[in-house]
Amino acid sequence: MKAGTFVWQPWAALGGFALAAAASFAYLGADFGALFGAESVRQMLQFGGGFFPPDMTPEFLRRTASGAAETLAISALGTLLAALAGALLALPAAGRWGRWLRLPARLLLNVLRSIPELVWATFMVLAAGLGPFAGCLALAVHTAGVLGRLFAETLENAPPEPARALREAGGGATLAFFYGTLPVVLPQFTSYALYRWEYNIRMAAVLGFVGAGGLGQMLYVALSVFKTHEAATLLFAMIAIVVVVDALSAWMRRFLGRSGT
Amino acid sequence: MSAAGGAALPVPRDPALGARLALLAAVLVLLWPALEIAEFNPAKLADPRNLDIVGRFLGTFFPMALGADFLGLVARSALETLALATAGIALAILLAVPLAMAVSESLSVSRVGPARRAWFGPLVRTPVRGLLIFMRSIPEIVWALLFVRAVGLGPAAGVLAIAVNYAGMLGKVYFEIFEAGDTRPARAVLESGGGRANAFLYGVLPVALPELVSYSVYRWECAIRASVVMGFVGAGGLGQQMELSMRMLEGGEVSTMLAAFLLLVLLADAVSALLRKILV
Amino acid sequence: MKLSLHTLRLVLPGGNLALDGVSLEVGRAERVAVIGPSGAGKTSLLRVLGAALRPTGGAIEIDGSDPWTLSRDALRRLRSRVGMIHQAPPLPPRQRLVTAVLAGRLGHWSFWKGLASLVYPSDILGARETLARLDLAERLFDRCDRLSGGQLQRVGVARVLYQRPDLILADEPVSALDPQLADHAVGELNRESVARSVTLVASLHAVDLALKWFPRVVGLRDGVVAFDAPPVRVSDTMLRDLYAAESRVVPTQDNRPLELAEPGPRAAARGVQPLCR
Repeated sequence: MKAGTFVWQPWAALGGFALAAAASFAYLGADFGALFGAESVRQMLQFGGGFFPPDMTPEFLRRTASGAAETLAISALGTLLAALAGALLALPAAGRWGRWLRLPARLLLNVLRSIPELVWATFMVLAAGLGPFAGCLALAVHTAGVLGRLFAETLENAPPEPARALREAGGGATLAFFYGTLPVVLPQFTSYALYRWEYNIRMAAVLGFVGAGGLGQMLYVALSVFKTHEAATLLFAMIAIVVVVDALSAWMRRFLGRSGT
Repeated sequence: MSAAGGAALPVPRDPALGARLALLAAVLVLLWPALEIAEFNPAKLADPRNLDIVGRFLGTFFPMALGADFLGLVARSALETLALATAGIALAILLAVPLAMAVSESLSVSRVGPARRAWFGPLVRTPVRGLLIFMRSIPEIVWALLFVRAVGLGPAAGVLAIAVNYAGMLGKVYFEIFEAGDTRPARAVLESGGGRANAFLYGVLPVALPELVSYSVYRWECAIRASVVMGFVGAGGLGQQMELSMRMLEGGEVSTMLAAFLLLVLLADAVSALLRKILV
Repeated sequence: MKLSLHTLRLVLPGGNLALDGVSLEVGRAERVAVIGPSGAGKTSLLRVLGAALRPTGGAIEIDGSDPWTLSRDALRRLRSRVGMIHQAPPLPPRQRLVTAVLAGRLGHWSFWKGLASLVYPSDILGARETLARLDLAERLFDRCDRLSGGQLQRVGVARVLYQRPDLILADEPVSALDPQLADHAVGELNRESVARSVTLVASLHAVDLALKWFPRVVGLRDGVVAFDAPPVRVSDTMLRDLYAAESRVVPTQDNRPLELAEPGPRAAARGVQPLCR
């Protein structure tokens, strides 16, 4: 930034945004006045107060643990399946199976990841019934789109020389890929997948809202009948497994970073 | 065979074997129970009842529902989502700025020199930091569900959910932007006796503004996506309509709304990119 | 393996004329060194000889037939008999030496053997023996990215030795090695050639190594063969003309001025020491 020149752009953007915000509030209706009124605030505070203390009875803690295990399983399996499917789809998407498959593969990946996980989950509940399997499938399908695209980019950026040298020495295309390209891209793939697991554990927790099992489904039920003490425990459990998965993922990334093929 | 003088060594074992076997064992040991717990059962996909439902849903996917009435509903819902996201972000910014200022040490009077209430600063900073972490750790859709229970169905819940969750995220990033900038202008104001507000307006804000606005625009784009998802738990907008249509297996309506969603996201993406280009 | 090039022309994709009418005959088990300034076309020449680059004009015959008329399978079998040593070894950084060396035989292994070897190396002993010839046996299970540039070059040589090809094409295989190791590595290649009757064509930056080890030296300049003679007949003037574009300085491995004795018998003309095993 040159000293002395007045940068008008941010202020203009700010002003425009303030206008847009005002318009939005107007469009959404007049009940906002009531929303921030004293009665409403008191109601919300009362609702919030109902969360303390969290339900710590052994019976419920056991159910919470079981729900947490379910959510963990959903996120881990979903991410694993997605990594496998994504890696498979990345090959045509990176053009390794010919020109004509490249665009359809990329299109498929785009569709998979553009549809939000929750929408997928609602659909999977129809296709596979209520419960964690639907959540697992939803995560797998959406994340396959995300990882597939990342994997495809990694493949396209991978140096071609190692595999080419092996083919020039008479190796077949597939083995040349495994010996020449895979060692280069696999660490990146695993890293992407592990990072995505950290995001997916948060997603898996909430997919239950539409019936896909785990802590989310328990939370939805608890809030539907206003059992706020149980809800508080479940929220703590959600935060706890997020912390656990973040730590696990970081540890695995470090561990795998040290090994080689 | 081997050169004269060298003893015949045994065939060396691959040292990586142990680790690889252990990894394989770990995966197998964890995989089995995981499949059980997740009720992994591909056969369910072939269950005739499920197939029937999916068939009915997908069968009506095309043609998309394009009746004038319905398109009007879709347009209104999309606008509602847009308004929801914008209003939510606006509130989030209003909340985030003072919170970030409270946590920011570049505005700390006590760091500049002896001050009357030097102990006050750290006392405030830690709980505020904790509050920000709390606000952004709970996923926005959980906030949405909470607010739906607290204030009822409709966009108000969505606005509040975005406001609280994104205030946590914006607060953290604003704070980082404040700290990363040159803190000398702010310190200069504080040293010459100007209050914290003046230090902010003349010291921190001018330098930080483009980056602040840029990140906030990016978050606005995220908020639009989030708003649709939150609608699934009743927080209004396009998402709520989509959930209704899915429950009624009206595939055509869902496909129209999915298309509308994708268009909305594309639009927001374009606006966001344009704004950020102007600002940089 | 017999090689035959007849007025070969090669235009690279960028439009450069890399080889302009090169004619060359290399007999079975012959050892040829190719020298010349950078940009002379040495790498292109080697890649054409290895059927890795298709010539734009002229004819190439490997063992009597044009490789580019072969079926895909036959071409693959031919390529498995050609070992190419690259100047910059194409080794994945995180690959271990044992796997990198064993990859040399991928052209001879079945698909499943190749796959299985990834999980557990199928011939650790063989890989170690080969690396021992390049003085790297103790690094057998180290990752490639833990090695220096010179060590990596030696791994590239080891891989080709393990491949046991009928033709070795070495593209500046010792450019990153110190003079002693370079001499040893070039010597190793020559010993391999003599022991197994392998045709050896090596492009070398260091003229002293070429003159010392090879019974035939080809000078390449601007895509054309400047001379093709035994070291005895290579004179100082010929060399300086060859390197005219590089201020007429003749490069050596240790960067000291080349000492050309009076024309007379040389070590290379006397033949190479047989390998003691």
